[in-house]
Amino acid sequence: MTKEEIIQPENLVYKKPTLMNDNPMHYCPGCSHGVVHKLVAEVIEEMNMEEKTIAISPVGCAVFAYNYLDVDWIEAAHGRAPALASAIKRLWPDRLVFTYQGDGDLACIGTAETIQALNRGEHIAIIFINNAIYGMTGGQMSPTTLMGMKTATCPYGRQADLHGLPLRITDIAASLDGTQYVTRQSVHTVAAIRRAKKAIRKAFENSMNGKGSSLVEIVSTCNAGWKMSPEKANQWMEENMFKQYPLGDLKDTSNE
Amino acid sequence: MGKIKGAIIVDRERCKGCNLCVVACPLDLLTLTPKAVNQKGYHYAEQNNEDLCNGCTSCAIVCPDGCITVYRKKED
Repeated sequence: MTKEEIIQPENLVYKKPTLMNDNPMHYCPGCSHGVVHKLVAEVIEEMNMEEKTIAISPVGCAVFAYNYLDVDWIEAAHGRAPALASAIKRLWPDRLVFTYQGDGDLACIGTAETIQALNRGEHIAIIFINNAIYGMTGGQMSPTTLMGMKTATCPYGRQADLHGLPLRITDIAASLDGTQYVTRQSVHTVAAIRRAKKAIRKAFENSMNGKGSSLVEIVSTCNAGWKMSPEKANQWMEENMFKQYPLGDLKDTSNE
Repeated sequence: MGKIKGAIIVDRERCKGCNLCVVACPLDLLTLTPKAVNQKGYHYAEQNNEDLCNGCTSCAIVCPDGCITVYRKKED
């Protein structure tokens, strides 16, 4: 069998989701954002919500997400994405509303909005990309930076007395009564990507079924900010990030 | 029992040469081009052995830029 015989439309098993357009993404090579964008696009396509999705983009690397996924996007002020999402979901309850935020946006500048929106039990889904660094602005320390981790603003490593301790905001979210589904996933291997996709699907379905708020944390890499190759960054994440941010469901009451 | 054969198409111009598909392929069938670069200047991924691919889609799933399209056919 030749390659030409295999490459026929009826034999297609995997291609870039059609919701993801052909614009070249500005993300660095190997960035986890691309994989998560793909998963979001696949889930929206599977749910047939292409025309009924309103996404909120953050400030951070994912600020240009509206260039890559062909759904309706609104750009929020820094950290205010959950507040905007709350308003939109209340006005249009039949729309799929989700925010896509990084750790600097969600866990630092928008902590109040995040916690209050989750605690109100707004029927929104929040996708939280945690790469422990402010990637867009050049790799400064963020609230989720690990102890001893070197960044542009803590070149000798993060120290507890000077910089405080890493914030596990997903654990805080799990303790709130308004949340239905809180999970921490990763996208470094094929198996992890499949699990992350299921988690995003569940969060989106909860949003549509009016079952309170869902938070999906994706522990990610920022290989450019960490100054590593994409492959090495994945290894480093497995060795260091997963100790501080263990993967798995933290709370799931959506079936009750 | 027919053997399953796969084939991939890499969008060379979209590829950023991050090497993640090379690591993800369980059969080690992908490599980055040693010399050739695309218009952006990246060494893109290509298949080094077309006969062994079984179309498992691992490379395409991990690709952050969605550059890889996978086809799979059962041999008669």
